[in-house]
Amino acid sequence: MNIIVCLKQVPDTADIKLDGVTKRLVREGVKSMINPFDMYAIEEALRLKEKLGGKVTALTMGPPQAETSLREAIALGCDEAILVSDSAFAGADTLATSYTLSCAIKKIKDYDLIFCGKQTLDGDTAQVGPGIAGHLDIPQIINVRKIQDIKEVQVTAQRMTEYGYDVIEAQLPCLLTVVKDINVPRLPSLKGKMKAKSASVSVWKVVDIQADEASIGAKGSATEVLKIATPPARPQGKIFEGEGAVDQLVETLKGLMK
Amino acid sequence: MLDYLLTEEQIMIRDLARQITDEKIRPVAAEYDRSEKFPWDIMKIIAQSDLFGVYIDQKYGGMGGGIFELCLVTEEFSKGCAGIAICYSATALGTYPIILAGNEEQKMKYLPAIAKGEKLAAFGLTEPAAGSDASALQTTAEKKGDHYVLNGTKHFITNGGDADIYTVIAMTDKSRGARGASLFVVEKGTPGFTFGKKEDKMGIRASSTSELIFNDCKIPAGNLLGREGMGFISAMRTFDMSRPGIGAQAVGIAQGALDEALKFSKQRKQFDKPISSFQGIQWMLADMATETEAARALVYASAREVNAGVKDVGMHSAMAKMYASDVAMKVTTNAVQICGGYGYMKEYPVEKYMRDAKITQIYEGTNQIQRNIIGMGLIRESSK
Repeated sequence: MNIIVCLKQVPDTADIKLDGVTKRLVREGVKSMINPFDMYAIEEALRLKEKLGGKVTALTMGPPQAETSLREAIALGCDEAILVSDSAFAGADTLATSYTLSCAIKKIKDYDLIFCGKQTLDGDTAQVGPGIAGHLDIPQIINVRKIQDIKEVQVTAQRMTEYGYDVIEAQLPCLLTVVKDINVPRLPSLKGKMKAKSASVSVWKVVDIQADEASIGAKGSATEVLKIATPPARPQGKIFEGEGAVDQLVETLKGLMK
Repeated sequence: MLDYLLTEEQIMIRDLARQITDEKIRPVAAEYDRSEKFPWDIMKIIAQSDLFGVYIDQKYGGMGGGIFELCLVTEEFSKGCAGIAICYSATALGTYPIILAGNEEQKMKYLPAIAKGEKLAAFGLTEPAAGSDASALQTTAEKKGDHYVLNGTKHFITNGGDADIYTVIAMTDKSRGARGASLFVVEKGTPGFTFGKKEDKMGIRASSTSELIFNDCKIPAGNLLGREGMGFISAMRTFDMSRPGIGAQAVGIAQGALDEALKFSKQRKQFDKPISSFQGIQWMLADMATETEAARALVYASAREVNAGVKDVGMHSAMAKMYASDVAMKVTTNAVQICGGYGYMKEYPVEKYMRDAKITQIYEGTNQIQRNIIGMGLIRESSK
């Protein structure tokens, strides 16, 4: 089973800042980490590899410093790492990003499964995973909370929904995005960290993945950001207690509906 | 913290131990303190991280470091929970006699499983009547053909009942006193080897402390470590080398308590100001930080001396253990003082550091015994 895990380097949650002028996240000088949902994707890929054999390739698109996240993935047990990095990719939205990653995956060629986190912590769109499957024209199962069964040509997985879960079968190769209920990610091992230090990370540019220049970076992006803002802090809730609580609640709700 | 000029590999080891502490140990420390259950889930995580092998030769599946690397890990774990940390470092204490006195066959048999964290080890020296006076041992090992037969009781044995591999000291010739003691490896499950009561302790409650009972326990003659009569010397050599580990545990406890006290002092407001703005509190924190750093510097220097293979490390390692544990007791007591009523409550982590600190002044040689070692060392050195 050859598995590709797509991951993204994101700013540490404790450290997120927005740039009002560029309308983007400030990424310079901010501590970074692997997107937490992608950690579950890595873990699931490693568990499948340990059970079925094969290899796990970690893939990311990002600036040169995203290499540190790929080394972390190797420390956890991924076998290979590919960084898709070129100044031409800058300013990509989810459409251009998923196209770019799909080009890289076409170059990798030999794969049975692609794992992504459900969404990233910074963009929060949950679009890149499904976008990749779209560009590759392969099946996808999103929000996977459990892989029930996997055979040479088919995977059966539980897709989490608001009301419970659906059981979905899909042909391989297939793309899965995972939610945090799927597993508990491991910590790196010392031997893994040492391996990661000396491991080679391939860097692929536009020409390497034969991407159409009009479909990448800012040029290939369809999104226009009109405004960004930090969501206002949620106001504190009100608790009605004791006798007359129901009446008070009804009155308050009436007042809100006016 | 001072820059101790660690190598890249040592930084990796420290950071990994720190990550395990922050993500896995801290969240469960209070629960294990309450339940006194053995932290098997954490032991498994440590095993997967390769940290059980940091001090074991690469030839036996370890990472090829020494006591210093063991200290770096123990210190980090102890910041989160000294009880969990001692389950880890007591395994090293049980393993060192095999490293120091074992033959190639014994090393090949036991060290790989220990390095992988598949098996924990324990060291069995203390007996009801033999604590500081380690030469007053009652447990005997009688040679019968190609076996030894062990009889007697060890008590207060860390990891007792949970470890698989025990290095045990017993008298092979009572008439020769300390020179009649020998070291053996006894595996859990050997007929005649059982465990007595598990102690209910003041601190380090995540770790197990139990009696080892030998009742006509027959072990192969090949389980003798080194030669007959060398047991006491091997045990003392083990302690000379392992003492910085207790110092590191103490430094971790002190640092953990200091961090909590500092955090609390910045949040706690009295007289309309955070209490950290009061000079009285600042001076306490300053002393705590300075003494913790001094203890760390001494522990690291002594551990590095052991790593470097310096011949006589006993006096310095005694200084490191004694000083660091005395500092830990003082710093944790003052951390509780700074946190006031909150510090005294079990809902907050500070009182646990104080309870955990006390044992570091007692085990692996009381601090009074350490002062004996230092005093004797001074006299010996000055008469050279």
